[in-house]
Formats: sequence, structure tokens, C-alpha cells
Amino acid sequence: MSTGDPQPPGLQAERTRLSWRRTTLAATTVALLAVTAAIVDNPTPFGLAATALLGFAWLAILAIAHSRIDALGRGVTATAGRWPAILALLVTAYAVLGAVLII
Amino acid sequence: MLPVSRLGSARGYWVSPLLNHDVFRAIRQWFDPTDVDEIGTAPDYRFSLANERTFLAWLRTGLALIGGGLAVAAFVPPLRWPLVREVITVSLLLLGAAVALRAVDHWARCERAMRLGQPLPRSRFPAVLALVIGAGAVALLVVVLVSGLRT
Repeated sequence: MSTGDPQPPGLQAERTRLSWRRTTLAATTVALLAVTAAIVDNPTPFGLAATALLGFAWLAILAIAHSRIDALGRGVTATAGRWPAILALLVTAYAVLGAVLII
Repeated sequence: MLPVSRLGSARGYWVSPLLNHDVFRAIRQWFDPTDVDEIGTAPDYRFSLANERTFLAWLRTGLALIGGGLAVAAFVPPLRWPLVREVITVSLLLLGAAVALRAVDHWARCERAMRLGQPLPRSRFPAVLALVIGAGAVALLVVVLVSGLRT
């Protein structure tokens, strides 16, 4: 661009941090829905075990997101590395656990 | 480092790398940031961050589909036809999982293309997803109308 940078570079990191934050909120909503489906009506040992796994997956998503939010806040400009892949697999685990609970 | 000529090709992909025989190589790329970092030259980091935000937006789309499926399971009363509710639930869950996995695949391939100075990979996945969701909505509309007329 010949006219220079129209917005401060820090804004990009800020937008990305907020995007991670929205993702944790979405994951939290889905985790709560999964717990509702798993144990609220008919708590079974299997449902409780699935709930525990969902809880671990939720904590892992939260930990990943916060480490990335923290890194972006410190001005790190490296790519997200392997975390997107792990995040996508955790979301897939939500879907698989949900499907197993329904069937 | 992997041969650039094969990895850079976006033509072979249709909806998902799972249809491609390079599936294991594709999956390794999801996890192997050092490989990504060694290939080509780093683009402006703002482009990488934009790629990351696009990935996160797709991931939230997947989470929304999964949440929709779980909400159907938790809150929709049993329908007139057996298994319809379960089919809706499992379809939404599978769709959400597919969106999440495709999101990370597309993220990795975009990152690689940017480093190599190549055009971003083209994808029919958004169009296919829109058609599937549209068809599912029409099917649900029919179910609701028919069950409403019968009662």
C-alpha cells in the first residue's frame, strides 16, 4: 500500500483475540447443552462419564484459547501453530460424544 | 520438508481431503507448524491473523451446528415418527464435526499457500454446506407441515 497503513497494526491482534474469546463462549454454550442432553433428564453412569469427558474437553479449549489470547496480548506475531488442529479435534470430540449419548 | 509441487496443488481437492489419497499428509500438515514455518517465506503477520480469524469463525459455525443438534436432542419432544429426532440430531452433529475438521484443513492450506505466494485454495465446501442446510430446512418444513396437518 502506497498510502500507508490505514489502521494501527495492534488492531489485528485485538480482533483475533476477540475472535478467540467468542469461540470460547460458543464452546461453553455447546458444553452446557451437551450436559443438558447427557444428564438432566435421565442421569446414567454413562451420561456422567460423558459429562466428565465434556468437562475436560471444555477446560482444554479454554486453556488453548487463553494461551493464545495471552500470546496475542503480548504482541506475539507467530502463527497459531498446532493449536487450531487440537481445537478442531476437541470440537469434533464434542460431536462424537453427543452422538454416542443420543444413540 | 515435503515436496512443494504436490502440496501446493489445490486442484485435487473437492469437499474434503478425506476424498484424497494424500489424507495422512494433509492431517500431518494440520499439526506440523514447523513444516509450515520452514516452507516458503512468512507472509505479513496480519494475513496470518486474518486466516486464523476465518478458521475461528468456521469453528464457531461448527459449534453452532453441534449445539443445534444437542438442543434438538435435549428439548424437542418425541415426534410422530420414530427416529426422526435422532436422525436430525446425528445429522447436525456430523455436519458440525465436518465443518470443524474442514476448517483446520483449510486454515493449514491457506497458511501454506500464503507462504508460497500461491493463490489461496479454492473450495466448494461453503456452497455444498449451504445447499445441505437449505435442503435440510426444506425437509424439516415438510415434516412440520405434514405432522401439523395430521393432528
